Amino acid sequence: MTTQSISYVSTAEIPSSPPPGNAKGFPAWARQNLFATPLNSLTTILIGLFLAWALPPILNFLIFDAVWFGDSREACIVEGAGACWAFVNAKFGQFIYGRYPLDERWRVDLVFILFVIGLVPIAIPKVPYKGWNALYLLLVFPILAFILLCGGFFGLEAVETSLWGGLLVTLVVAVTGIAASLPLGVLLALGRQSKMPVIKMASVIFIEFWRGVPLITVLFMSSVMLPLFLPPGTNFDKLLRALVGVALFSSAYMAEVIRGGLQAIPKGQYEGAAAMGLGYWPSMYLIILPQALKIVIPGIVNSFIALFKDTSLVLIIGIFDLLGIVQLNFTDPNWASPVTPATGYIFTAAVFWVFCFGMSRYSLFVERRLDTGHKR
Amino acid sequence: MKNTFIPVLAGAVVAMTAVSAANAATLDDVKKKGFVQCGVSTGLAGFSNPDDKGEWTGLDVDYCRAVASAIFDDPKAVKFSPLSAKERFTALQSGEVDILSRNTTWTMSRDTQMGLAFVGVTYYDGQGFMIPKSLGVSSAKEIDGASVCVQTGTTTELNLSDYFKANGMTFNPVVLEKLEEVNAAYDAGRCDVYTTDASGLYAIRLTMSKPDDHMVLPEIISKEPLGPAVRQGDDQWFALNKWVYFALLNAEEMGITQANVEEMKTSENPNIKRLLGVDGDFGASVGLSADWAVKVIKGVGNYGEIFARNVGTETPLGIERGQNALWTEGGLQYAPPVR
Amino acid sequence: MAVQNETGDPPAKSRGGSVPSFVYDPVVRGYVFQFLLAAVLVWLAWDIASNTAENLQRANIASGFGFFDDRAGFEIAQSLITYSSDSSYGDAFIVGLLNTLLIAVLGIIFATIIGFLVGIARLAPNWMLRKVATVYVEIFRNIPVLLQLLFWYKAVLSVLPQPRNGIEMPFGANLSNRGMIIPRFIPQDGFAIVVIGFAIAVVAAIVIARWAHARQMATGQQFKTMRVVLALIIGVPVLLYLVTGMPLEVEYPVLTGFNFRGGIALKPEFIALLLGLSIYTAAFIAEIVRAGIKAVSWGQSEAAYALGIRPSLTTRLVVIPQAMRVIIPPLTSQFLNLTKNSSLAVAIGYPDLVSVFSGTVLNQTGQAVEVIIITMAVYLTLSLSTAAFMNWFNSRMRLVER
Repeated sequence: MTTQSISYVSTAEIPSSPPPGNAKGFPAWARQNLFATPLNSLTTILIGLFLAWALPPILNFLIFDAVWFGDSREACIVEGAGACWAFVNAKFGQFIYGRYPLDERWRVDLVFILFVIGLVPIAIPKVPYKGWNALYLLLVFPILAFILLCGGFFGLEAVETSLWGGLLVTLVVAVTGIAASLPLGVLLALGRQSKMPVIKMASVIFIEFWRGVPLITVLFMSSVMLPLFLPPGTNFDKLLRALVGVALFSSAYMAEVIRGGLQAIPKGQYEGAAAMGLGYWPSMYLIILPQALKIVIPGIVNSFIALFKDTSLVLIIGIFDLLGIVQLNFTDPNWASPVTPATGYIFTAAVFWVFCFGMSRYSLFVERRLDTGHKR
Repeated sequence: MKNTFIPVLAGAVVAMTAVSAANAATLDDVKKKGFVQCGVSTGLAGFSNPDDKGEWTGLDVDYCRAVASAIFDDPKAVKFSPLSAKERFTALQSGEVDILSRNTTWTMSRDTQMGLAFVGVTYYDGQGFMIPKSLGVSSAKEIDGASVCVQTGTTTELNLSDYFKANGMTFNPVVLEKLEEVNAAYDAGRCDVYTTDASGLYAIRLTMSKPDDHMVLPEIISKEPLGPAVRQGDDQWFALNKWVYFALLNAEEMGITQANVEEMKTSENPNIKRLLGVDGDFGASVGLSADWAVKVIKGVGNYGEIFARNVGTETPLGIERGQNALWTEGGLQYAPPVR
Repeated sequence: MAVQNETGDPPAKSRGGSVPSFVYDPVVRGYVFQFLLAAVLVWLAWDIASNTAENLQRANIASGFGFFDDRAGFEIAQSLITYSSDSSYGDAFIVGLLNTLLIAVLGIIFATIIGFLVGIARLAPNWMLRKVATVYVEIFRNIPVLLQLLFWYKAVLSVLPQPRNGIEMPFGANLSNRGMIIPRFIPQDGFAIVVIGFAIAVVAAIVIARWAHARQMATGQQFKTMRVVLALIIGVPVLLYLVTGMPLEVEYPVLTGFNFRGGIALKPEFIALLLGLSIYTAAFIAEIVRAGIKAVSWGQSEAAYALGIRPSLTTRLVVIPQAMRVIIPPLTSQFLNLTKNSSLAVAIGYPDLVSVFSGTVLNQTGQAVEVIIITMAVYLTLSLSTAAFMNWFNSRMRLVER
């Protein structure tokens, strides 16, 4: 019964044949993604036409017809001129530092550098010593920054906050808001989870109040009402008042983000901590918060983005952040031209966009990294 | 909710808060901190405007410098707080500024309900209209139905309604919060008419992209006495401010200028002797030295000089003295004598 | 205490121990903390109140809410109710509030429509459409809304011509830098009948839809609900309108002197605000919609196809209802954000609540405390009531598991 005749099993591997010509390369991709159905093709054509109509004028305005160099409005006032980048170029120092004295601007640069030194290692997951790093960012850096920016110590000339402006103010407001809102947010989130009714009520009312009102009314309150709340004669710096408002406002949003993290921690973790004999604060500090904060890092970054964008509102109460100072410069008779406002707005938008887009990419990166052990 | 308290407390501790007891003795307080805190506008050419180097100039600014000169013999001992129309009264009420010198109109309600004490009228003004010449309008009676740009929170807004109502005309208000925004809206053609104090109109016209295309209509529709104000309840500070203003006027009346004030000390005129502290010690009663007026005039000049320097015919604004001339020259500026 | 537990003698720490220290009793501690907090809060509130009272009195500032009845004396550019400078501050408050509500409602409608379209486009099979939608979302949600509003306002103003050379639009409308002027319809006698007819038609349509649904549930028979409902809602009013002799008078805008008279003017501020808020919020809504649709497992669609349900019906009956459960909660907070962001109107001069009330009224009366408190209370009420409504709606949409 041994039949050997059917051994047609090949001993050599047949080389895989190439895919048919129309299933690879750009044509195939285009057919699948651009012209799969008649409707699909129509969409592609319509969008193509739209882009062909819209893109050239935009590119012309931004690049080809743009005025890159010049000393005054004369350069930009010519017929058919695109964006007046010469304006941004001439005013760049103001946009970054506001009216901070020229000779003292190295202090601002130093603060920027100190900040980056602290921020970069904490943002890269692999770098060790996160604890010390956080300590530097949350404690050492603010003190250094305060001394450097305000001056008045160690022979540094004092610089009033009314002279601050531009990106400096935007970053100061955003960073202060973020730094203050994290610890406050944690406390409020814990308070909202608390079993003690008074603490819970107070936290809920606080959070819902700040989340229910627009930031602009908060800023109005801090600029118009706060002085009346304080004992007669007490006086606050205008920027500081805005900072207090922004910090309280963003801490309420932060609290809600962190509460989401706390609620996502399985009950077993709380019980486990209790079983180990840990009291409330140790169990929170050692067991719950590290896990909860880790899950909500993307949420925290998102509220940073929101806060960063919201800083532009301080211009309404007369603090010149980046947007405020750019707008202020539109009225400079030396640079007033029909394209100046558009140029200024586009520049500001680009700066904000780079920061916010960067942060949102970072949040995605962290999200993907964290997306390991927590899925069930 | 101790959380609200922490930042407030922290803020109070932070050194950049200027804690000052502004209760009654504003002058002592000012002397202690070494400068006068002066609330000004966010930028109005001729009245309070930062120049390219960030130095504040203008009529309102010079008044504050005059007060600083009287106290410290140094016109630079002033710090300026730019204030929006909305912030200005709270800033003064809360003690954030010692003087509000911000082209503010003196009205009864501001005097009685808002806790302000007006020092005097440093500039007699009235509300006017500016229009593009291309509209071909020559009188405010012809602007029925126009869109009118106006800044919010001013007496201007109220006068505007009253004027149109009284003349049986209608208008579309375009109300914006900030002066720069109103200017930009008018320049962009959002409205046909711009209204504010006539002096402001001249200043704003200069900031338009084509100043010559715009004209100010002849009608003045209101009384706008502009002047500095201080908090109520501190009579000494009020009197000091009042008399600094009067000193500026008296100096012009007596022909004392920044240049000749030292020579004038030797004058035989008893009025001049009293003003310059050669005879008698009038400064002491308001907490100043006897030669306070000399310091003021040396610091900023007399009223006429201040006017000419900031808004007068030689400046881009080119405003005539008009009602702001001395009473001896047919104007309204009149000061009580030093006696 | 925790550290001691690990090293120390366990029996001494037992709950029923003979030396129960007060300090370590969690219940007692809880009361102490709460009492302390309450005391601090009360002290803080009292301190603020007394400081404010003292400050106001010292500065001789009027207080109280009496100013609501005083004559306002200023005009407001856009008003949904009759308002003139003779009206009171209270009327000005209502005008501002209505304008805020108007922009919020319209903004929510537009933002939702754009947001859903873009969100679905981000999942479209067409590569180009996907990319365009992605670019839209990434650009607009990463730029501050205030900047966008200012940009739109400047852009709207700079693009549009003076009213004298306004762009003629269909139906007698006109577009210039004074805004979009559209004809106004003035109801004459008899128009009430049309309105009543319309209301009856709507009620009837709801009844029919319910009946059809109940019948389909019971018998499986389908009913062409959509057609009947449309016929009712559109047909009845049109018919009545024709029967009553067309009781609507059209008022066309006419250019007289400086501006248009007659018609309804959609001001540039209004257009810019609506545009800016809708475009900004739509970017967020698009992301929510995309996440919601992606959250519905592909298996659901496959199962529907296996049952022979057509793709369009699958989307409508299987995917969307499940996606809505994921979409609605974050959508609510976007609606609230839009409402709160509408307060940025103050930057471009649209007369909303913040602009009219905490702007002009605050300045004219000088009563900052009262005005700001009322403004905040209004937004708080809007937020909390919207949240409450959406929670109710959400609980109705929630998965009912059998």
